[in-house]
Amino acid sequence: MYRIVDKEIFSDNVVKLEIHAPRIAKKRKAGHFVIVKTGDKGERIPLTIAQADPSKGTITLVIQKVGVTSHKIARLNKGDSITDVAGPLGQATHIENVGTVLCAGGGVGIAPLLPIVEAMKKKGNKVMTVLAARSKDLVILEDQMKLFSDEIVVMTDDGSYGNKGLVTQGMEEVIKKTKVDQVIAIGPAIMMKYASLLTKKYNIPTLVSLNSIMVDGTGMCGACRVSVGGETKFVCVDGPEFDGHEVDFDELLSRLGAYKEEEAVAYQNYLKTI
Amino acid sequence: MAINPDYFKEERNKEWRIQLRQGIKNKERVSRERIKMPEQDPDVRNKNSKEVNLGLSEKQAVTESQRCIDCPDPTCITGCPVEINIPEFIKYIEAGDFLSSARVLKQTNSLPAVCGRVCPQEVQCEVQCFYVKKMNKPAVAIGHLERFAADYERSSGKIFVPETAEKNNIKVGIIGSGPGGLTAAGDLAKYGYDVKVFEALHELGGVLKYGIPEFRLPNDIVDVEIDNLRKMGVSFVTNFIVGKTASFSDLKKEGFVAFFVASGAGLPRFMNVPGENYVGIFSANEYLTRVNLMNAAKQDFDTPVLFGKKVAVIGGGNTAMDSVRTAKRLGAERSMIIYRRSFEEMPARIEEIKHAEEEGIEFLNLNSPVEYYADKNGRVNRMKVQKMKLGEPDKSGRRRPIPVEGSEYDIDVDLVVVSVGVSPNPLIPKSLPELKVTKWGTIEVNPDNMQSSIPYIFAGGDIVRGGATVILAMGDGRKAAAGMHDYILKTVKKK
Repeated sequence: MYRIVDKEIFSDNVVKLEIHAPRIAKKRKAGHFVIVKTGDKGERIPLTIAQADPSKGTITLVIQKVGVTSHKIARLNKGDSITDVAGPLGQATHIENVGTVLCAGGGVGIAPLLPIVEAMKKKGNKVMTVLAARSKDLVILEDQMKLFSDEIVVMTDDGSYGNKGLVTQGMEEVIKKTKVDQVIAIGPAIMMKYASLLTKKYNIPTLVSLNSIMVDGTGMCGACRVSVGGETKFVCVDGPEFDGHEVDFDELLSRLGAYKEEEAVAYQNYLKTI
Repeated sequence: MAINPDYFKEERNKEWRIQLRQGIKNKERVSRERIKMPEQDPDVRNKNSKEVNLGLSEKQAVTESQRCIDCPDPTCITGCPVEINIPEFIKYIEAGDFLSSARVLKQTNSLPAVCGRVCPQEVQCEVQCFYVKKMNKPAVAIGHLERFAADYERSSGKIFVPETAEKNNIKVGIIGSGPGGLTAAGDLAKYGYDVKVFEALHELGGVLKYGIPEFRLPNDIVDVEIDNLRKMGVSFVTNFIVGKTASFSDLKKEGFVAFFVASGAGLPRFMNVPGENYVGIFSANEYLTRVNLMNAAKQDFDTPVLFGKKVAVIGGGNTAMDSVRTAKRLGAERSMIIYRRSFEEMPARIEEIKHAEEEGIEFLNLNSPVEYYADKNGRVNRMKVQKMKLGEPDKSGRRRPIPVEGSEYDIDVDLVVVSVGVSPNPLIPKSLPELKVTKWGTIEVNPDNMQSSIPYIFAGGDIVRGGATVILAMGDGRKAAAGMHDYILKTVKKK
């Protein structure tokens, strides 16, 4: 069991949990994820680690309620425990000094972007950050991002905060005025798809962190397979980060929707029970 | 713990064995027919998840045990990777002392109830049986009897916990709680070590839980065996991925002196035919893990699985049989095996193939997938297959399948399970760059003691063999435990 030592509510649907997992806290690097399962009948889902504090022995996860499992986890409170947390998994982000890095985060994708922004800055890069969300209350971790960003642009779909518009508009603005050497985009698959299409136009190397469906997360089941440059890769062991210009996003989007109907029914049934 | 051959002779010469031999004439013993395992009716069992084989009654077991003539030179033992004293456990059944029979099994096999169910006895102990070798008759039903004795003991409430040597407080780590890991853990506990098993998943049991379906091996049985190891002092930790959660050097600093890596199967293989990543195409590992480990087909569990009415399973091994029979049980109208060779070359156990046929599984042998098609949502709805013919034998000794030009045709499918093998799990080799691996990614070991190129690391099962059976993994576990004991005596204890 993994105890929740702190909880912060970002909005109705988004929470931050700080979880006691000392071994993972010690080993994790930017880009790593954990597999989380709650309850004996729970599902295993991958969540990218947002922050870790090895001295306290904790890791931080940001969770958005999108279905039964994420809702169950997001409902847990300080003092409760999560049944299973396994990791850190995946390949860590390759951090090097390339010059100027544009870090774009969409929605809860902002959370896993934070350790990368921090690491990129500490490595001596100039870091330009674009945070995007549907509305003001979904723009998270802005203050922490500011600590490690040379410049920060906030975009909201509804214009309730920052500039009105999509993440790609914010990114293009930055690209037009600054010479960007590398882009890292993390968010919903559709956002990463369009971010990659944009950077392809400007020929800027782009990393994306894929959030495919997983079961074991350790390279055994192949649920997370994705085509990258025409080759099948496993997000859990080969990723989660890949060259955004090589990822087949349409296939990823289709695979992410594999259980759409089942999930919708289960979520409706679940919401009736709480 | 290699067994002294004299031991079998001494045991055979004990008074009770001699008396039993004299009790029934050999002529009478060999005139009997082999017992048939009682089974659930095929049309009933293909709709439930209960065990197919029901087990022998006491009377049936005793009758079958009387067929064994207690050979002076029992060849059956040579066919067993863990060298069970087969005649002795069978003779205890004949004597009606079922608990003693189970104890004999447990001397060398920590998982007899598992082996009695899933071992391919027909190519191991039973093929070496006197009946097969000398009389051209069906072997003594060693597997059925093993299961009987183990089940009897389990339901008796008097489970025998093997004796362990005095604790030596030397820590050893086992990576993986599948059959190889559990066997090594049991043996190392017997030697007196402080044994800890690290499991990556949230459940213990490895392939025995996530892979082999309930209808062949109920999970409760695995849990009882694991509990027994706990009673022997073995400790278990779940959600622990050695190489990720902690490195080998971290664990060495924490006092572990040697490790047995039994991390099992890794990345599922696919065939790289167009359309293979459409929704509704699973690896066998994913399909079985969802259903067996995550209980995805049950309403009250959160993990989903897709149900298919027209299911194609690609492959001809035991895992393919498990997948196709699972699909049938989950409501498939057509549940098909698509295999590129013929029945003769099929690697699955004969019993599994027979059970599958009885349950209404279709076998499209000499066929191979060439392309998949999907509906507008990306869900597979059709596949193109090509007919094959058999040519000369290849390196595996099986006749090579050759595509027949122009023979392609389409089959409607809504679920496909690809069961064409697995590659070794790359996690551990990746975390230890100095570890020697083969070109296939399996760990190189000395076959005598399972020691790797790093002296304190031993390995066995699928991570060494690339894909084998439960019993071979167990045999490796036994050998590795002995190898580790030897290594520790020679090196660590000296210090």
